[in-house]
Amino acid sequence: MAQQIQVALLGNPNTGKTSVFNRLTGLNQKVGNYPGITVEKKEGICQLSRGKKAHILDLPGTYSLNASSIDENQVIELLLNKNDKDYPDVAVVVCEVENIKRNLLLFTQIKDLKIPAILAINMADRMTRKAISIDVPALEKALHTKIVLLSARNNEGFDTLKTQIEQYKNLPMTPCLDTTVIAPDYFKRLARTYPGQDLYKLWLVITQDVNFGKLDRTGVSGPISFQTESVGTLKKLQQKETIKRYQFINDTLKATLTVDKARATDFRSRLDRVLTHGVWGYVIFFAILTLIFQAIFDWSSYPMDFIDQSFALMSEWTKANLPPGDFTSLLAEGVLPGLGGIVIFIPQIAFLFLFIAILEETGYMSRVVFLMDRIMRRFGLSGKSVVPLISGTACAIPAIMATRNIENWKERLITILVTPFTTCSARLPVYLIIISLIIPQQRVLGIFSLQGLTLTFLYFLGFASAILAAFLLDRFLKVPSRSFFVIEMPNYKLPMAKNVLITMVEKTKSFVYGAGKIIFAISIILWVLASYGPGDFNRAPQIIDAQYIGQSLTEQERNTAIEAFRLEHSYIGRVGKAIEPLVSPLGYDWKIGIAIVSSFAAREVFVGTLATIYSVGNDDEQTIRNRMAAEVHPMLGTPRFNFASGVSLLLFYAFAMQCMSTLAVVRKETNSWIWPMGQLFFMTTLAYVVAFITYQFLS
Amino acid sequence: MATIAGMQKGQKGIIRDVDLDRIPLKLLEMGCLPGNDVTLIQVAPFNDPLYLDINGSHLAIRKEVAAQIHIDLC
Repeated sequence: MAQQIQVALLGNPNTGKTSVFNRLTGLNQKVGNYPGITVEKKEGICQLSRGKKAHILDLPGTYSLNASSIDENQVIELLLNKNDKDYPDVAVVVCEVENIKRNLLLFTQIKDLKIPAILAINMADRMTRKAISIDVPALEKALHTKIVLLSARNNEGFDTLKTQIEQYKNLPMTPCLDTTVIAPDYFKRLARTYPGQDLYKLWLVITQDVNFGKLDRTGVSGPISFQTESVGTLKKLQQKETIKRYQFINDTLKATLTVDKARATDFRSRLDRVLTHGVWGYVIFFAILTLIFQAIFDWSSYPMDFIDQSFALMSEWTKANLPPGDFTSLLAEGVLPGLGGIVIFIPQIAFLFLFIAILEETGYMSRVVFLMDRIMRRFGLSGKSVVPLISGTACAIPAIMATRNIENWKERLITILVTPFTTCSARLPVYLIIISLIIPQQRVLGIFSLQGLTLTFLYFLGFASAILAAFLLDRFLKVPSRSFFVIEMPNYKLPMAKNVLITMVEKTKSFVYGAGKIIFAISIILWVLASYGPGDFNRAPQIIDAQYIGQSLTEQERNTAIEAFRLEHSYIGRVGKAIEPLVSPLGYDWKIGIAIVSSFAAREVFVGTLATIYSVGNDDEQTIRNRMAAEVHPMLGTPRFNFASGVSLLLFYAFAMQCMSTLAVVRKETNSWIWPMGQLFFMTTLAYVVAFITYQFLS
Repeated sequence: MATIAGMQKGQKGIIRDVDLDRIPLKLLEMGCLPGNDVTLIQVAPFNDPLYLDINGSHLAIRKEVAAQIHIDLC
């Protein structure tokens, strides 16, 4: 196989780097994690001419090589380590045409590391409209590079980019600046202490310690210590370096870039005036949220009904057509209903990811941050906490990772701790099925469905409890930290269908696979536990016959009684019975108790578990919902899921911390077991107490 | 002396001096440097944060930090 060219894609946030990545690689990409840390690693293959290929690594967006978060640190780790297998042969630095000045800061740093670099100016289609003109040959000369004008939106310039990547060996390695001029004496001393080392690289390694902590030093040999200067002096020097770089950039662009300010008429400022308005801004924001949640409930009901019925049919078909035996019943009663319990929620989850991707892509999310910062600060949060809280409605795990750009540690910690209160998509299955059982299908005011409103209320409850918990934590947590906040307000963009769809598909896929694995395993275990049992289990027919002696049962009545008896005396029935005293004050029976216990691994397991438990020994073709609706309270004869137990269950799921993956991520991000354990204990206790009070009050 | 925190909406200024001990490097990297021009585009509800155009970059910062950036008003 021919050697692949290693390409690193770098750039500031909001430059459309991901669109460029998507254009270069198409769907030929994979998303994983860097080993040991939860930073997303996106890589893909790009086809060049004559069968040659390039391996493209999409690095996290960064404003400079002075890292302040683990995502940014990943970029520097790679660029300083020549032995890394992903060390780039060539760097493609993506910048945005309206922000060239700021984007060049990173570019000059990369050039100074003597990595061959191509400057890709994206969104070039906006140049005419914004009256921007660039003297490309002159800029190429000043920066010692090749420039490619790109438009990811219109798919323009990519052939040129690919050609340049192929010919990376022709790129000049000349640095842009001589950093040593900021402190000649200091750098002279460095050169004496570490002869033969690249001074700029050395400087980055040294300052990285100041900014972020120990770096993997494999790239630079010999003992390195920054004791040569105090931290304060080094920070001053870094500021000097930044100022120096901007001088160079300003001088360079003065001669090569012209912007007709008068022509740059501002669509954005007009839109900003409305979207960040003191009244309209909030009205629009809440209208958008309501629309999203209504849509999730209303639009996805059609594909959901279809999926539900298909799985019921599949179970039926399996039973009818495969030879009877343990394997067939495992498939029909364990695996299929269990999987059905997750597949059915794909439409909703996909819609949710779709909407969040659109909010991010358009640049609207930053306006929400701006609008909410002052309010959120009252509750010990930052405006930036809004992004995790909203994306927490999809999944708490990426949401907690998204807190990394909150500069203030206390605000960040509080955000991490309260994010699991937001209604994540794993709660959705539980909510939807219970709402459909206990809330009538009516319309309010002709347009809103009552069920949709209930769901909106639950989302609202999630946000409200997160904010309230934050308020309390803010009072009691004593964490020293500095207040600082800066957010870029990017240009408004029409979301690109391709980007949005790729994000939606990727996220939904990993959600379904991740949950699917757990559900698959748990449904098999549950089926085994429900299909076998000790002692009385095996004598069910005799016991039933003895019980109903003298009464004439039809064959079907007898079978139902036997199956019910078996389930109750199976292994799972015994476990369930043992925990029943604990859950009955909340209005649940042992079956729901089992479902709750199994969903401590992941919430979405709940529906699958009930589906599996209810379908064991049940021969009729039925959907999950119908099975649940048919469950009857053994003593009262009323439906198992009535208003009181249903509401109690909804609230239990609203508050309880039932997600092992979230706990693991919190552990990683806070670097301590105290926070996740506190979350688990506090949230679960709260859930129990609230569910208890609700049930006792309503029943 | 005037700071960004004291600007009126729509006002322009030129950054004269930045309190380097209190301003994070990140803000410098985003263009907040002496000599660059700054425009206050929008003030969030409740008077904080401030939405600025600094040297062609659009960003929002809180008032406390804005009070550390001295400017000459135009």
